[in-house]
Amino acid sequence: MEAAGSQHRPAPLIFMSVEVKHISKKFGTFPALYEVSLQVQTGELLALLGPSGSGKTTLLRVIAGLEIPDAGQVFFENEEVTEKSAYERRAGFVFQQYALFQHMNVFENIAFGLRVLPGKKRPGAEAITARVTELLRLIQLEGYEKRLPSQLSGGQRQRVALARSLAIEPRVLLLDEPFGALDARVRKDLRKWLRHFHDQTHLTSLFVTHDQDEAFELADRVVIFNQGRIQQIGAPAELRQNPQNDFVREFLDV
Amino acid sequence: MRRATSDPKPMRYLLIGLVFAFITVFLIFPVVVIMLEALRNGLGFYWESLSATHSLTAIRLTLLVALAVVPMNTLFGISAAWAVTHFQFRGKALLISLIEIPLWVSPVVGGLVFALIFGKLGWLGGWLETHQIQILFAYPGIVLGTAFVTFPFVARGLIPLMQSQGSAEEEAALTLGANSWQLFWRVTFPKIKWGVLYGMILCNARAMGEFGAVSVVAGSIQDRITIPLQIEQYYLGLDQGLPRAFALASILLFLSLVTLAIKVGLEWRRLAPNIVRPH
Repeated sequence: MEAAGSQHRPAPLIFMSVEVKHISKKFGTFPALYEVSLQVQTGELLALLGPSGSGKTTLLRVIAGLEIPDAGQVFFENEEVTEKSAYERRAGFVFQQYALFQHMNVFENIAFGLRVLPGKKRPGAEAITARVTELLRLIQLEGYEKRLPSQLSGGQRQRVALARSLAIEPRVLLLDEPFGALDARVRKDLRKWLRHFHDQTHLTSLFVTHDQDEAFELADRVVIFNQGRIQQIGAPAELRQNPQNDFVREFLDV
Repeated sequence: MRRATSDPKPMRYLLIGLVFAFITVFLIFPVVVIMLEALRNGLGFYWESLSATHSLTAIRLTLLVALAVVPMNTLFGISAAWAVTHFQFRGKALLISLIEIPLWVSPVVGGLVFALIFGKLGWLGGWLETHQIQILFAYPGIVLGTAFVTFPFVARGLIPLMQSQGSAEEEAALTLGANSWQLFWRVTFPKIKWGVLYGMILCNARAMGEFGAVSVVAGSIQDRITIPLQIEQYYLGLDQGLPRAFALASILLFLSLVTLAIKVGLEWRRLAPNIVRPH
């Protein structure tokens, strides 16, 4: 998969930074996030790392607009989007279980975000075909247009989910445990592919993982979560050399 | 080899035999009797019974009632299932149970409630009379009574279906910029359409056959009664009433068989692998 994207650069996009300020969120009485603040630089690839239930996925969903925080603000670049719904934010989101539309083939899945654009902005049939074909090439699934999600392997589904989220030219890409459900080999390949894709495009990206190696191998910076709070933020080397508290030290086993 | 859970042979045959005997006596036998009795006086009489004014009016009214009730309850059923599966709110479990009330309550009681509200001496009776609005003993009353009885049919099937599907695809559609309308028609509806159709068919079957609730709200004024009530009228009446009753009953029977055929077809389709094909 290494060669992906080398000949085919996606159209130039406008990327943006993401900032969250003092986000708190409770589910019933369970505090999923507490006073979380975080800045993601434009073009950065950032990992949210932590044990399950630590709040990392909730933060990702808050950024996408899929969860409404009890308190705090979300900014895309300098624009506050806290009150905006998910469909207005249009953040590219890749779900853990892919969430592909089961009744649509690969082509229609990827084209979905273009087909639902309001009349004036909606590209014509030819433009849609061109864009989908370009994305299929990017994820190396040319010729799979007519397949249904149920006829694809896990890795293929994951790539289709990625292409679908990229079709709308999102300003930020959010990935929830993107490789969680895949076997080790496919995982490694996709990891390399994602890093490569990011180096090519510099699309501001956040991904959630509970796998330390994955976070450290892929990300520019890693955010360590525990019990709804950020424990430490830093580049992989920095975290290893200078863990700030006992949790980070134990979690990273240094 | 016998599986550990299977009963000894005589027991098995006895049970299977009982089920067949039961079905024959209680289900097949009546159907055969209806057809035989309906045709007892010959095809000519059968046809004449069906094309009698009373029969035609009853058939027409029944179809009109179903035409109003089925879309109404479909809309309601989809809304209810959507609300229950997509929103978190207090009293959700209670709401799900409340939807089923018509299944627990006798239809006659349901009808009586409407009589109590809209009847001459009812809560709204005076107001309705001064404004010359006729609800009881008329089309609106019959629609209300039927709607009450068939209320849960669409919702009850859809709620577990939509709960099992979760909302991941809907969330994906949201992040891709779909508004609520597009979300429903492009993502949710294709997943539930067979469930909706299934519910509509059951609702329709029940709507056309309802007797209890309708008999309270419709009274017994000729020309304002549905097929089941007209059957009763024929049955109680003189002048070759019985064969006429059976002739009209055969129409209901026919509608039921069509419903059953569609239902079986749908179930077969749902169970078949890869039923959902791309458009």
